[in-house]
Amino acid sequence: MPVTCKEDKRSLTALVAGELDHHGAKTVMEELDRRIDAAQPRELTLDLSGLTFADSSGIAVLLRAHRRMGQVRGAMRVVNTPDQAGKVFRAAGLERIIRFE
Amino acid sequence: MKIENQVTLEFPSRSANEGFARTAAACFAAQLDPTLEEVNDIKTAVSEAVTNAIVHAYPDTLGKVLVRLRIREGNALEIMVKDWGVGIADVERARTPLFTTGSEERSGMGFTIMESFMDTLKVRSTPGKGTSVTMLRRIARRAVR
Repeated sequence: MPVTCKEDKRSLTALVAGELDHHGAKTVMEELDRRIDAAQPRELTLDLSGLTFADSSGIAVLLRAHRRMGQVRGAMRVVNTPDQAGKVFRAAGLERIIRFE
Repeated sequence: MKIENQVTLEFPSRSANEGFARTAAACFAAQLDPTLEEVNDIKTAVSEAVTNAIVHAYPDTLGKVLVRLRIREGNALEIMVKDWGVGIADVERARTPLFTTGSEERSGMGFTIMESFMDTLKVRSTPGKGTSVTMLRRIARRAVR
């Protein structure tokens, strides 16, 4: 479950690829925590274009990143959400909390 | 509803098997000629049920997880996920959105996702004996192209 990060000034872009299930979620969470703590970004962009599957473990990953960004007083947006993952996130009402573009 | 085909998978509660179980379910469901969205719904629901068995049924041990897939009359897929783990004391509460006994990695949305992606969901559980989750999803017949 690879996470590839790009930093530009104080904005951090994280590309999450592969399958985001319980098996892979912990690694992604820890990597995002580490990158957010190190970069202290004003904005985090989660790019999900490489995501091939997500279940409710993905919901937990997004909520955790969102909370972490709140702690460092930054904003978060999620881009390029594939249809399958988007349906899971909508079923949980995530669009009321997180900015999807 | 008559059973037209059936397959049973059995594996230890290792998280690496989550991907295997949902992919196997998707392959078996292919004979119903589902749309991509229907296949994705099946994969997602199986992933949730199997993850519950792996995370919650056997918190400190490895145990057996069984997935039985059946094609039922009327172009329907029945999925049963069974474990012999700790069981759920209060099934109604477990089905409540955001309820979880798990760590921060869990969202508490597993049953909500299964309910919204499947047509029916039945949960049977006995504390100390185990849990079985049975779901049914009808696949719309498409016109012959």
